[in-house]
Amino acid sequence: MSAVLLRGAAEQGLIYSLVALALYLSYRTLNIADLTVDGSFTLGAAAGAMLTSLGHPVLGLFAAAAAGVLAGMVTALLQTELKVQPILAGIITMTALYSINLRVMGNRSNLPLLRVETVYTLFAAALPETLRPWGKFLLSLLITAAVSASLFFFLRTRLGLSVRATGDNRTMVSASSINPAFTTTVGLALANAMVALSGGMLAQYQMFSEITLGTGMVVIGLASLIIGEVIADLFVRSPGVGSAILGAILGAVVYRIIIAMALSASVSTSDLKLVSALIVTAAISFPAVRDRYRLFRLRKEARRDADA
Amino acid sequence: MLTLKSISKTFNPHTVNEKKALDRFSLHLDPGEFVTVIGSNGAGKSTVMNAVAGVFLVDAGQILLDGEDITFMKDYRRARQIGRLFQDPLSGTAPSMTIEENLSLAYLRTAEHVSPFGLSAKDRAYLRERLAALGLGLEDRLSTRVGLLSGGQRQALTLLMATLIPPKVLLLDEHTAALDPATAEKVLALTRRIVAENHITCMMITHNMRSSLEMGTRTIMMDAGRIILDITGEERRRMTVPGLLERFRAAAERELDNDRMMLD
Repeated sequence: MSAVLLRGAAEQGLIYSLVALALYLSYRTLNIADLTVDGSFTLGAAAGAMLTSLGHPVLGLFAAAAAGVLAGMVTALLQTELKVQPILAGIITMTALYSINLRVMGNRSNLPLLRVETVYTLFAAALPETLRPWGKFLLSLLITAAVSASLFFFLRTRLGLSVRATGDNRTMVSASSINPAFTTTVGLALANAMVALSGGMLAQYQMFSEITLGTGMVVIGLASLIIGEVIADLFVRSPGVGSAILGAILGAVVYRIIIAMALSASVSTSDLKLVSALIVTAAISFPAVRDRYRLFRLRKEARRDADA
Repeated sequence: MLTLKSISKTFNPHTVNEKKALDRFSLHLDPGEFVTVIGSNGAGKSTVMNAVAGVFLVDAGQILLDGEDITFMKDYRRARQIGRLFQDPLSGTAPSMTIEENLSLAYLRTAEHVSPFGLSAKDRAYLRERLAALGLGLEDRLSTRVGLLSGGQRQALTLLMATLIPPKVLLLDEHTAALDPATAEKVLALTRRIVAENHITCMMITHNMRSSLEMGTRTIMMDAGRIILDITGEERRRMTVPGLLERFRAAAERELDNDRMMLD
């Protein structure tokens, strides 16, 4: 695998790592499998691409994040006020977003960004000549670092601690004067803001947006998150918020490298989602399979001892 | 401090499972009063506490806390003034968060003067000091995840969290029933000390007849959603466990039955 390919994988990994961070917040912290993600990723890409094509790439990123906040709030509202089951709430929002995303892109299913300035071209232009090939990498790293640092500090504040407790022990939460409906809303809004920002960055990175960009994004984000957890587990004795955040970013990069390797091993692009589904299944089921294998060995030994 | 005016609650009304849990139940607690609650299965002991905490709204009646009508207040809003401990020692703390994070949560939510951005070094020192006072050595394990603590340690931590900023009323729902006898004794001693030090108005459901007389300043006995015995002062000091059972039989016209009841 060439260095250029590796750098490309790292750039994309950094962009997608925001989805992994979002799932850390919604899936791991709030304990909600939030399927809004598939829709809000495209929403961010659509909003980001549209504003970029109109000549406002930086505003595009902010608009993407803001749109994500709204999407997350809709899902949260469905769950908390209208008592729709969490998974169903996400599916409803995701479905509705399909129509909205088409509208955001001006009733088109794809939106190429030809001959326009993006945050990446602007950033590269500001860099000295020698660093320019690293422009995309550096800017992605910068944004991801800023977002993850903010997330880290947020989770230590009063509100952040309340969000964490909401997913951890709901009985405790309302007995400790925290309104779980509020903390759920905050958590889902922030998570989808990160997802949509990731979509907005990706659209500008690859210079186009299309309606299917977000399909399967939950699974990809989960795969990254879990790979990151496995890695963090190897190096950190007692995992905390910091190691989980770093793990999620690392996991997203590793996931992209695996995909890049699969591609160079001539797996076709259309098979990639199947590959990600397999990675997620393997990662999630790993403990169960390991335990079953241990039990199998234990029984085999017991049988041998009985025979002897 | 706490006044329940003729509250009623019926579960599953108009069905075969209809259960009248509270029937025009009235109770008044003076500031600093510590009442222990005993009674048979399904007498409505926990229902009273859930009604005060706001787990559900009562069908009729009025609940006043320190003069304020809280009958229709949401549970999480009441929780600013009401501390609660459950029987399950796991229910009061967040297992994947550390001791320090759990304490910060309890401290930051109630302490108005503290910055919402987290603990200062001074706050942290104060929390350590309060933890040390539990006498369980938890002050040296601030970054331990709470899920790794024993049930007794978790219940002691929950007690500290609930009283870190003294609540107007503390509700204890058999909070030592799931602990082994030695640990239960320790947590009861802590409860007694913390409640006395902070002059907290307290209501404690217990399955232990002896501690219902030893702890607190007043004992009430419930049956079928009503109070059938309410003793305090000299009468309570002279009361014995067999005496309590006798009084139950006289008032309820049957034997006291409670699967968990400890008579010694």
